[in-house]
Amino acid sequence: AAGMFLRLLSDVRWQATNPKWRRMTCSRRSTSSTAEPHPVSLPAQAQVVICGGGIMGTSVAYHLSKMGWKDIVLLEQGRLAAGTTRFCAGIVSTARHISIELKMADYSNKLYQQLEQETGVKTGYVKTGSISLAQTQDRLISLKRIASSLNVMGIPCEIITPKQVAQLHPLINIHDLVGAMYVPEDALVSSANVSLALATAASRNGVQIHERTSVSHVSVQKGRVTGVETDRGQIQCQYFVNCAGQWAYELGHSGEESVNIPLHACEHFYLLTHPLKEPLASNLPTIVDPDGRIYIRNWQGGILSGGFEKNPKPLFTEGRNQLEIQNLQEDWDHFEPLLSALLRRMPDLEALQIMQLVNCPESFTPDMRCILGESPTVRGYFVLAGMNSAGISYGGGAGKYLAEWMVNGYPSENVWPLDLKRFGTLQSSRTFLRHRVMEVMPLMCDLKVPRWDFQTGRQLRTSPLYDRLDAQGARWMEKHGFERVKYFVPPGKDLLDLDQSKTFYKPDWFDIVGSEVKCCKEAVCVIDMSSFTKFEISSTGDQALESLQYLFSNDLDVPVGHVVHTGMLNEKGGYENDCSIARLSKRSFFMISPTDQQVHCWAWLKNRLPDDSNLTMEDVTWKYTALNLIGPRAVDVLSELSYAPITPEHFPSLFCKEMSVGYANGIRVMSITHTGEPGFMLYIPIEYALHVYNEVMNMGQKYGIRNAGYYALRSLRIEKFFAFWGQDLDAFTTPMECGREFQVKLEKGMQFVGQEALLEQKQNGVYKRFTMFILEDHDTDMDLWPWWGEPIFRNGRYVGKTTSSAYSYTLERHVCLGFVQHFDEKTGEELVVTTDFINQGEYEIDIAGQRFQAKAKLYPFSSLFTHRRRKDEVELSGYQRE
Amino acid sequence: FYLTPPQVNSILKANEYSFKVPEFDGKNVSSVLGFDSNQLPANAPIEDRRSAATCLQTRGMLLGVFDGHAGCACAQAVSERLFYYIAVSLLPHETLLEIENAVESGRALLPILQWHKHPNDYFSKEASKLYFNSLRTYWQELIDLNSGETTDVKEALINAFKRLDNDISLEAQVGDPNSFLNYLVLRVAFSGATACVAHVDGVDLHIANTGDSRAMLGVQEEDGSWSAVNLSYDHNAQNEHEVERVKTEHPKSEEKSLVKQDRLLGLLMPFRAFGDVKFKWSIELQKRVVESGPDQLNDNEYTKFIPPNYHTPPYLTAEPEVIHHRLRPQDKFLVLATDGLWETMHRQDVARIVGEYLTGVHHQQPIAVGGYKVTLGQMHGLLTERRAKISSVFEDQNAATHLIRHAVGNNEFGTVDHERLSKMLSLPEELARMYRDDITIIVVQFNSHVIGACQNED
Repeated sequence: AAGMFLRLLSDVRWQATNPKWRRMTCSRRSTSSTAEPHPVSLPAQAQVVICGGGIMGTSVAYHLSKMGWKDIVLLEQGRLAAGTTRFCAGIVSTARHISIELKMADYSNKLYQQLEQETGVKTGYVKTGSISLAQTQDRLISLKRIASSLNVMGIPCEIITPKQVAQLHPLINIHDLVGAMYVPEDALVSSANVSLALATAASRNGVQIHERTSVSHVSVQKGRVTGVETDRGQIQCQYFVNCAGQWAYELGHSGEESVNIPLHACEHFYLLTHPLKEPLASNLPTIVDPDGRIYIRNWQGGILSGGFEKNPKPLFTEGRNQLEIQNLQEDWDHFEPLLSALLRRMPDLEALQIMQLVNCPESFTPDMRCILGESPTVRGYFVLAGMNSAGISYGGGAGKYLAEWMVNGYPSENVWPLDLKRFGTLQSSRTFLRHRVMEVMPLMCDLKVPRWDFQTGRQLRTSPLYDRLDAQGARWMEKHGFERVKYFVPPGKDLLDLDQSKTFYKPDWFDIVGSEVKCCKEAVCVIDMSSFTKFEISSTGDQALESLQYLFSNDLDVPVGHVVHTGMLNEKGGYENDCSIARLSKRSFFMISPTDQQVHCWAWLKNRLPDDSNLTMEDVTWKYTALNLIGPRAVDVLSELSYAPITPEHFPSLFCKEMSVGYANGIRVMSITHTGEPGFMLYIPIEYALHVYNEVMNMGQKYGIRNAGYYALRSLRIEKFFAFWGQDLDAFTTPMECGREFQVKLEKGMQFVGQEALLEQKQNGVYKRFTMFILEDHDTDMDLWPWWGEPIFRNGRYVGKTTSSAYSYTLERHVCLGFVQHFDEKTGEELVVTTDFINQGEYEIDIAGQRFQAKAKLYPFSSLFTHRRRKDEVELSGYQRE
Repeated sequence: FYLTPPQVNSILKANEYSFKVPEFDGKNVSSVLGFDSNQLPANAPIEDRRSAATCLQTRGMLLGVFDGHAGCACAQAVSERLFYYIAVSLLPHETLLEIENAVESGRALLPILQWHKHPNDYFSKEASKLYFNSLRTYWQELIDLNSGETTDVKEALINAFKRLDNDISLEAQVGDPNSFLNYLVLRVAFSGATACVAHVDGVDLHIANTGDSRAMLGVQEEDGSWSAVNLSYDHNAQNEHEVERVKTEHPKSEEKSLVKQDRLLGLLMPFRAFGDVKFKWSIELQKRVVESGPDQLNDNEYTKFIPPNYHTPPYLTAEPEVIHHRLRPQDKFLVLATDGLWETMHRQDVARIVGEYLTGVHHQQPIAVGGYKVTLGQMHGLLTERRAKISSVFEDQNAATHLIRHAVGNNEFGTVDHERLSKMLSLPEELARMYRDDITIIVVQFNSHVIGACQNED
């Protein structure tokens, strides 16, 4: 009862102080009454049920219905656009770090711009532009990187001086600024009205919208969605879309079959003021001051200003109902740092009268990227949520991609960075989410430098050697919850502390990694690679072989004991996964995939392997510790430890043998490495891990063994032009496009997934080509370092972006890997990329607006491969992942 | 010479201790939420002691502060032993029997107390056997005396205080063959200590006080303001009743010499105390014990010195005055503190500072704009001011520490002055005692929900 009372109070205040919102509320009622045939009863069945009437749910409904799906029901527990969408600040900003996010925001902007014309619903769309301010040189670099990306996407954008800022916005104090980025086409909207416009259009296309209907759970049979249970009855359906915003987590866990959607809400505050004496123009640019952690937009002649504080207040950790969302209190003490930042940025606002401090919860995800896609465990269960406070910017694009995914089986762009399957159940702990979002929310404004790692929610999955390695100076990063070594700080050497080591330039570990690389090349190193995803697939008869032959592009019908590198391709020939498979026996296979494939690869195979009890697949990731012995002396260490001949005659490359190492028996030794250096992978049952590690280190002493980390590995693999999945390779890259034809067996006597697409490419050529670039006039000590996502220019024209980069200690140059496309100079049409096209160009790489000459290569430097065994084997091992 | 704020904090926080009553099944069913305690020495070594324990065989929690004088031996002994005496006095007959049988047959003893100790709060290992034997004799007598009645808390407290003081006195008279122990029991008896002890069981709060430490209840009025209620009376010359009591206990002829310069026999500030056998024993007994005692004792001028006008001992008692208070939901906390605090601060200020601290930590009175006309500049000024205020509160995670910070650092305006704080804390050992006394504070926080529920049940 007390809660209700408070709510009434706050509602009264809303209306009393906020005529605009009341008006908006009224207009909402009138539109929603046309959009909503309430109290019509729910249909008994539908093709799609969407839960959530915010910007996401309405955008998905809009796009699905545009693509021709008509049998759609959208359910909203309260009123349309009344949750976070209603409170949202309404800024459409395309200044994003990740290219898929940038594309979504760009599409949203273009969609909203014409939405009023299309639907007749006023959206409040005003093209104001936005100015992102830099108080430091590092911030300016960060903005310049974004500006480079925007420019090559055709989005107008320029880096401007503080003086120009003052010309664009009359109130800004510029004395502490070093520069800014101006994006003139960014816009403001009334987010609730955008959502209502989308709903109106969807409704006209036949989508049924029901307000005040809440979904209690989703029914699942045999791993497929069959219907939803609501407080107004049941609806049978084939597809369910969870757009429940901050309640998406709870809804995901409400059914018998849990769908984990890792997000967590935080309170978010912004300020509304009365109009200025001379009311601000409605087309005044939006200001983003990340160093002050605030944004400022014009609002009703006054301003709306909020931000992302250092000490966020997470909420709804235990889950709550929606009523509470209206009840959240203003917290001025909490807002104080942001208010100080606002008055510092616009000192003239001191005399401006406050209207209200709005507390509007936002949901955040563990990696600051939104969650989109199909559940790995329940087919037909789609999710779009976790917008990290950019719901309006992403709404249009994200809805489009999800609709494409549902209708076509996959979106038109690579959305792996946003895919729900990048997470598993290991990210479902509420404690983890609570801690992580408290780090993520401040990160919205923090400088994003290369190689930053999350600090919270760590040490969840560790190798049994964790303590040993940590005691030897290991510095850690995390992938899919697994701690992995970056490098080892030698005793007595101090690195900068965390904050100081954030740099766009040469990092402080440069020499440390250099010496690890040297040891890999000249002696022997050991790298703990236990995080790899490991599956065992076996059958009573030939089922395993037959199924895998169909699902993988390379020929797996090899003699027992052989290891095959192969792609797991989709119908378009793109890489869903890139793995190594060892044939353990006639009927069983051991498959090694990248760490973050654990959920995706499992779901992919589960959905495609025949439902046969004689065919089993097991995730054995946790059962094995993986040690990589790398370097020319690896063979000596291993042979001394096993008393078995390891010479190439007895143990050629790409072989797998079970053998004993020290006292421990049953170690799976594979003659592969992930860097192109000679060496072995040891898959060790975890209880032997410490023993084997100790033996290896003791025996290795006389060969100069030392520990190494993933940064060394990365440098080694990139200088040898090895692509890795998730960074260079994705579902839109085929083996033909990255020089991996040799890993495809087009004529293996049976069909396999992607075969047709590859045959077509083989015949017609490819439209992009994976290329290696060696930076020519780049000063490692003085110049900005490349990261990834840098535009590539050929003869002065944009041809693609880099996907990864590293300093090569051998070449003493930076190496960037990336894809080159060929756009027709006049039409912009994509043309076939030929070897000649690659070889006959002059290349430049754009790092934060500065262009560096680069030399393009389609093949690695053969001089880098020491101890060559046979020429074809070098190529065969041309395979890498991290 | 100037202490930085972190240095000041490390001095203030060196002895802080907090205990939160563990929750069971997500709920705290105790009327006590927990307590914060802390000590700031002026003497070297500090002569104050503190104790806190939960009774395991009966319900309730015991908390006490002990202010020693003429050394810390007596305060130390009382801090170790008194709660056992109280707990035993409260035990039902069957439990006493059970414990005695266990000792007799060498079985494991039921635990009686669960102590909540700061690492600096030590117990004497050497004397534990001796102390135990005295305690056992006490419970054996209680068993023999079995009255069959349920134990009254007030009576139990009084009995325990008197019995312990009696045992201290006896142990010194009998002595111990071990020379270290022998010297120890004599030091305990010849030094003195006041005690202020709280026993909380549900809504029943008992304060047993001997001497000039003080118990004070913090009450939140309906308008949110704080007021203080005394739950003990100081036993000193300022307390007329106490002066009267002393006078009635001695012949008229001594009336003038009994209290001189606000001191008992012109010497002792507290009018009740443990130990201090120089004010309790006959002259003959004192002489006999000192002469047969170890040389250290014999050479000590203080012990040999007989108070002037010493005609009709005893002049001093350890018998406590017990006050019972039924807790109400508005009773938010209890402060037990030695006179080092009360000399520097008025109880009303103590109530306000602790009250604001405790509520400030959990919920600062929020600001709401409501219908008021406030500009961004005004709001900014207000918030900056509030932050400055809060930051001094948030420096301390412990209410007792916060109180000590104010007691030592308060300027004439009642706000903490860092310069003053720094000066007071950097005084050399020999000077410190001139400017301030040892301060020991326990702040007990009550659980209003539980207290309210108990009230409703009644």
